[in-house]
Amino acid sequence: MILVIAEQHDNTLNRATWETIAAAQQFGGQEITVAVLGASVTAVAAELATAAVAEVLTVENPALGVYTADGFVQALRGLIEQVKPEYVLLPHTYQTRDFAPQLAASLRRPLLTDCTAVKSVDGRTAFVRLMFHGKLAADVVPQGDPPCIVTFQIGAYRVDQAQKGSAPIACVDVGLDAAAIRQKPEAPFRGAKQAVDLSQAERIVSVGRGIKSQDNVALAEKLAQALDAEVAASRPICDAGWLPMERQVGSSGQTVAPKLYLALGISGAIQHLVGMKGSRTIVAINKDAEAPIFEVADYGVVGDIFEIVPALISELAQG
Amino acid sequence: MKIAVCIKQVPTREWQPRINDAGTWIRDQDASYETNEPDAYALEEGLRLKERAGGEVVVCCAGPARVSQVLREALARGADRAIHVEDDRLGAADAFMVSDALAAAMRDEHFDLVLTGLQSDDQGFAQTGVILADRLGMTHATIIMEVQVADGALRVKRELEGGWFQWVGLPLPAVLTIQSGINTLRYATLKGIMAAKKKDVRKVAAPATLEASQRILKLYVPQKQKRTEMITGGAADVAKTLVRKLREDARVL
Repeated sequence: MILVIAEQHDNTLNRATWETIAAAQQFGGQEITVAVLGASVTAVAAELATAAVAEVLTVENPALGVYTADGFVQALRGLIEQVKPEYVLLPHTYQTRDFAPQLAASLRRPLLTDCTAVKSVDGRTAFVRLMFHGKLAADVVPQGDPPCIVTFQIGAYRVDQAQKGSAPIACVDVGLDAAAIRQKPEAPFRGAKQAVDLSQAERIVSVGRGIKSQDNVALAEKLAQALDAEVAASRPICDAGWLPMERQVGSSGQTVAPKLYLALGISGAIQHLVGMKGSRTIVAINKDAEAPIFEVADYGVVGDIFEIVPALISELAQG
Repeated sequence: MKIAVCIKQVPTREWQPRINDAGTWIRDQDASYETNEPDAYALEEGLRLKERAGGEVVVCCAGPARVSQVLREALARGADRAIHVEDDRLGAADAFMVSDALAAAMRDEHFDLVLTGLQSDDQGFAQTGVILADRLGMTHATIIMEVQVADGALRVKRELEGGWFQWVGLPLPAVLTIQSGINTLRYATLKGIMAAKKKDVRKVAAPATLEASQRILKLYVPQKQKRTEMITGGAADVAKTLVRKLREDARVL
C-alpha cells in the first residue's frame, strides 16, 4: 500500500500533491491512500476524494492547524503505525524538507528525496535522483525494511497526469502531545513588495553566475531593452545584490512561463529550472557544454556570453 | 555559545563528472574539491554569531583524508578548532551514515547550536542536518535566512516558496540548516591561514558499523528529454542564426 501525504495551507491544497498522486498511480498495482493533516480539513479531503485512489484519510487535531515539524512527525508516526504502508510519498516542498528527515530518522527508515521518476530495475522498484549539480542521474533503491519514504521533485510529474475517480473519506485518530512540540511558528509573510511581476512578462533575459560581475549586468539589460524584455536572475545574482530579490526566478523566487526565456551564463541548477522550465521557448548561452540548462533549452549556444550578447544586440538593431 | 558548523567537501561546480568502471559512483581521484557552498554560508553565520555573543566555533566534517582541505580553510576563516571523522566509507555515504558518524563524534561536546548547509551540491539529499538533530536529541529548523539569539532561545527566519518567509521560535540546543545568501562570505586572510596551521584538528574514527539507508544501482548521464537545437559558429553568425530562428521558427520576436 502506498500512503501519499497531502500538503495544505489554510484549507487550500498545494497543487504539488496532485503530482505526488500521479507518481503513486504510476507505481502500478498498488493500493493508494491519501492522508491530509490539519485542524479541520473537510474541504481539502473532499477535493482529494476526486482522485482515483482507494481512500482518503483525515488526520485532524488542533495542534496540527499550524505546521510544525514536531507536530507533523508525531501525527505521521501514529498514522504509519496504523496503516502500515510500504511507501510513503510526498512532494519535495519546503515544508516536506523540514519534517520528512525527522520522520525518517525517528522511524529509522530510508528517505529518498527529490526523485524524478520511478522505474523497475531487475524486478526491484528503483527511484531516479539527480546529483552533482544536476549533471548525473542515479537509480537508487532503499535498504532495509519498509516503509520507505520518497519525496518527488516539483514538476517531475504533472498535475494533469493524476487520474480522477471517487474515494471514500475516513478519519484517523492519532494521539498527539501538543506540549512536546518545540517549534513556535509565527504567521508567514511576503518578503519584498513585488513591484515587478515577472509572471506577466512575455520575454525575459535572465542572468546567472556567468555574468561574472555587477558591471556586466548592464550588458544583459541592453539585450533586454533590444528584445523588449524584462530582466531576471538566478539566486546567486540576487544574493550578491546585483539585481533586486524581486527579479529572482526559481523555487525561492518567481515562477515564470514567458514566450521567450533567454538564460545567460545560467548553469541550470534545479532550484532555478523549476522556476522557468514552463517557458515556451528557452534559449541558453553558456560556456559549459555540460551545463544542465541545455537539458531544457530549445536553442543552445556553447559560447562566451560577452561575445554572443553584443552580437545579438547588434543583430537585433539591424532588424 | 558553543557552536558547531558541519561542512562537506564536494566536487567543484566546474568539474566534469566521470563515472567509475562499475558505473556506481564518480571517479573520485579525478575530481577537484571545494567546500559545499551552503556550508560556507553556515560557517560564516557561525562566525558572526560568535562575534556577537562570544564562545567558540568548532568545524566538523565526516569524510576521507582529503576533507582536511576544507577543514583547514574553515580554520583559516576563523573557526577555533576542528573535528575530522575520518573514514573512506564516508566519501560516497548517504545522509544516515554521515549523520551517525558526526553524531558519535559530536555528542559529548554538548554544543548549544549546530549549523550546516541546507543540502550538498553533490548528492543533494537535504537530510543530514535534520537527521543529525534527531541523533543529537536536538530540535531543528531548515532553510534559514536569519538567526536571532535571545534569552537562551532562538528566533529563526525560514524561507518558504515563492518569496514568503516565516519566523519560528525554538529552544536551544538546536540544529539549523542554512540557506545560501543568508550573509556575505568573508575571505581567509593571510593571518588567518597562518593561524590555522596551529589550530587543533581532532581526528576521530567513524563507528565500526555505519548502516547505509540506500544504495545506488547505477550512476549515469541523464537522457535528454528535449531536442535542443545547438547553434554553432562565430559570434556574429550565431547571433544572425538565433535571431532568425526566434523570429521565423519560434515566432517569439
